[in-house]
Formats: sequence, C-alpha cells, structure tokens
Amino acid sequence: MKPVLEVTKLTMDFGGLRALDRLDLIVQEGEIVALIGPNGAGKTTFFNCITGIYPPTKGEMFVYPNEGHPVSLKGLKPNQVTEKGLARTFQNIRLFPNMTVLENVMIGRHCRTKSGIVGAVIKDKRTRAEERKIVEDSYTILEKIGLTRYVNEFAKNLPYGAQRRLEIARALSTEPFLLLLDEPAAGMNPQETKALDALILKIRSEEKISILLIEHDMKLVMSLSDRIFVVDYGKKIAQGTPKEIQNDPAVIKAYLGEDIDA
Amino acid sequence: MGYFLDLFLSGLTRGSIYALIALGYTMVYGIIQLINFAHGEIYMIGAFTALIVAGVLTIYGWNQMAIIFIASIVALLYSMGYGYTIEKIAYKPLRHAPRLSALISAIGMSLFLQNYVLLAQTSDFMLFPSLIPDFKFLTSFSHIARPSEFVIIISTAIVMVLLTFFIKFTKTGKAMRATAQDRQMAMLVGIDVNRVISITFIIGSATAALGGVLIASHIGQINFYMGFIAGIKAFVAAVLGGIGSMPGAVLGSLVLGWTESFFTGYVSSDYEDVFAFIFLVLILIFRPSGILGRSDTQKV
Repeated sequence: MKPVLEVTKLTMDFGGLRALDRLDLIVQEGEIVALIGPNGAGKTTFFNCITGIYPPTKGEMFVYPNEGHPVSLKGLKPNQVTEKGLARTFQNIRLFPNMTVLENVMIGRHCRTKSGIVGAVIKDKRTRAEERKIVEDSYTILEKIGLTRYVNEFAKNLPYGAQRRLEIARALSTEPFLLLLDEPAAGMNPQETKALDALILKIRSEEKISILLIEHDMKLVMSLSDRIFVVDYGKKIAQGTPKEIQNDPAVIKAYLGEDIDA
Repeated sequence: MGYFLDLFLSGLTRGSIYALIALGYTMVYGIIQLINFAHGEIYMIGAFTALIVAGVLTIYGWNQMAIIFIASIVALLYSMGYGYTIEKIAYKPLRHAPRLSALISAIGMSLFLQNYVLLAQTSDFMLFPSLIPDFKFLTSFSHIARPSEFVIIISTAIVMVLLTFFIKFTKTGKAMRATAQDRQMAMLVGIDVNRVISITFIIGSATAALGGVLIASHIGQINFYMGFIAGIKAFVAAVLGGIGSMPGAVLGSLVLGWTESFFTGYVSSDYEDVFAFIFLVLILIFRPSGILGRSDTQKV
C-alpha cells in the first residue's frame, strides 16, 4: 500500500477564525475515505485548500501520482491541481448549465489534450483525430455512469439525481487518481443514494481511483468507507474504521452534545 | 422604395461596424463581468495603425490589394497586442477587487490611450485612403450602395460565422463558454482561465480593429476621438441586445444602426443620437435585460 494523498498539519485562518487546525489526513491507494463532522466543521474548507481554491495558512499537502515523484499541492492553481490528477465535485451542483451533457464531459478532457488554437483553425489530421477521440472517450464515460440517454440535453434540464451523476462523470473525465466528492448524496432519495453507493464502489474497482468524500448520510458513509476521519471546529477528533467511529465517545459528543447526566 | 433601400443598407453598414465592436464588449462582459471601456480605443488604434502602414507601403509603391491586405493584418495584430496588454496591466491585478475598481481602471485606460494617440499623432482629422478597391463585380450594384458598404457588410457576416463556429465547436470555444458560466468550476476541470481571458481580449480586439479599418476606409477620415463615440454606441448596442449574449450584440447593433439610419433619412439628422438613445431607453423599460438577454441566474 502506498499513499495517494498525504496532508500534514494543515491550518487555515480566515482573519481571526481558525477554520482548520493542524489537520493530518492520509488516503491510501484504492481506499474510500470519508470525512465527516457537524456543519461548519471545516470539511469543505479542507477540500478548498487541497484543490487550490484557498491558499492554506500553514501545512503540507502532497499527492503521489501513479508514476513519478510526489508533488506538493502548495501554491498550485485549481487547474494545475486538476492536471496533477485530482478531481472534485461540489455540495451544490456546479455544472455548466447551458452546455449539453456531452459537452460538460468533453470540457473535462481539456487538460488532457494537446492541440491548441492553431489546430482548431487549420483542422489538421492530428487535431481532428484528437477531437474524435475526445467525443468517444466522453461517450464511454457517460456509458459507465449510465447517462447516455441524456447525451444531447442541456445539463440544466436533467433530473436532480442525473445532474449529480453528471458531476461525477465530468470529474472522471479529467482522469484523476483521487476523486474528492463533497456531499454526493445531498438531496437524493433513498433509491438514488443506493445507486450512488454502487457507482462509487464501481469507480473504485474499475477505474482504480481512490476516493475521499464528505457526507452527512451516515448509512452511506458506514457502508462505503474503509476509514473515517471526524473533524469538529477544524480539529480532527477521531479516525478509524466505521465500527470504531460509531462507538467513539468523542464523536458521539460532537454530534449529540454532552450528556446532561454525565 | 429606392430611398428606403438606401437607408436600409446604410443602416446595415453602421450596424455591422457597431456589431464588430459590440462583440468585444459582450464577450469580455460574459467572461469577467467587466465593461471594458478601453475597447473603443482599440478600434481607433486599429484605424491609426492601418493608416500608418498604408502610408508607408504607398510610398514604396505597392499595389492596392497588397496594401489593404497587409495594412489590415498589421492593424489586427497590433490591436490584439494592445488588447492582451491592457488586460494584463489594467484588469488582471484587479481580478479580485470590487467590480467598480476595474471599471474605473477601464475608464482610465480609455482616457490614457486617447491622449496617448493625441500626443503621438495629432488632434486634427486625418485623411484615410479609401483602401477598399472598387471591385468590378460590385459596380453593377453601385446604384444601390458603394462597394465599401458591401465589403463591410460581407466581411462582418464572415466574422460572425467564423466566431460562431469557433465558440460552438472548438475546444477553446468550449473553454470560453465554460468560463463564462462558472469560472471557478472551469478551473477545477483543468481550464487555464487566465489564458481563456487573454484569448477573449485578443479576439475582441481583432474584431474591433477590423471595424476600425473598415469604417475609416469607408468614411475617409479618422481622429483620436473616433473610438470614444463608436465605443459608447457599440456598448449601447450590446446592452440593447442583452449584454453577455453574442447574437444579442449583433442584433442590438443592427437595430441601433437601422434606427439611426431611418431616423436620419425620414426625420432629421440633427437629433440622430437623441432618437437612438430614446429608443434604447424604451427597449430597456420593457425588456430590462435586453432583447436577447437572460435575467441573471441566482448563484447559490
């Protein structure tokens, strides 16, 4: 086993507010790791730091691509982080609403293709072959996710569950080795959640992608995750397997508050 | 009927020029929500560059087709350089500042460029050679309109088609649409947003410069102030059509061109601008987001 993501002592201050406090986290290759905690605990801030949206105040973040040397994520812009092989989705849906489903996925291939403006203008053989391949690859991804029947619909016209899946499809199209999912089951009905559970497992087993997810649906978290990290007020309060976490007094306290009788 | 057709074509010509400028406004607004007030100056600089290049080449005795071709190309490239540089100097450092700051920076850039050309060149009107040749195949239409009018209308149409194709089907075009819809998300799927913004400025500058060369050659004179009025009119046209929308910018420009032209022809040329702006106000009262504009979608 080797790690794919290693975060040490990550700290993020917003003025006087410490949103993340010396947080350590490791994701091993092929793992599904969940990050849980009450609202406002700093989970999304953690994602934002890793993906280059916020520059963290202190701490180290390293990713270990399949081949090549470890890469520090510090100071990288979001598009550079994506190039290194990380992809993410958001709590609230952030598709390109006025593009078709296919285009939404194709755009993710952007950073993996070479031809530039010159190619687009003169349309040489290589560019055309590459464009064809982008369409084919994108279609294959949509097939895997089960969205082919919406291929030419505008993203905004899709049902909610399908929009969520499209976000995952778009993230996959950037060829990540680590996928960050921010509350993928939010707003889903039980059937959709079940389908999502299967989809995430499938992504891990077939695409060899490690997954780090933030989720409030505890049933989903407990059934999916290999390991769970619990944060509260920006601090890590527990880590371990689902079983260990369920019985951890610190976790119960964070979620339910202190027992009055105690 | 002949008079009507005259007015129709001259309105179409004006509208085409406005459209070439308005496209730059609307594209930049679509991508970074900034009104690039220095855009009209790019149009003016395009005309000046063409004048200088044409002047030099005429001295060397080149033939007319070569002169118009090279002068336009140089004017386009030079203006693209200006567009790129203006963005890097005046707007990029203010990307995260409040929107008003960038707007003030844009106005400052506009004034700077006007005065820079005023000092470097002259405050007088300068004669511009009619670069557009009297094409033989157009002379049979000469009772309807001048060849230069046809050239303006046709080249604008070609630019529109190319641009539509570019935005719809190319990778960079897709990246531009994605950036316009959600800049942060575009970065997260691997798009280099700074590059997309630069390309937007470069394309907008090229079309504006083309407009500058064409109109200068049509009217026959230029001065340092020409970009200001044309820029404001094109801005109005872009708002009229629905700012951020490219078909809207073209439609708004044509509507403005025809309004001015018909009013001048049938009523009076003295109040041309007054009428154009009254018309603008009326449209905006009934359609506040412009003819083709969408009301802003709420971002969560």
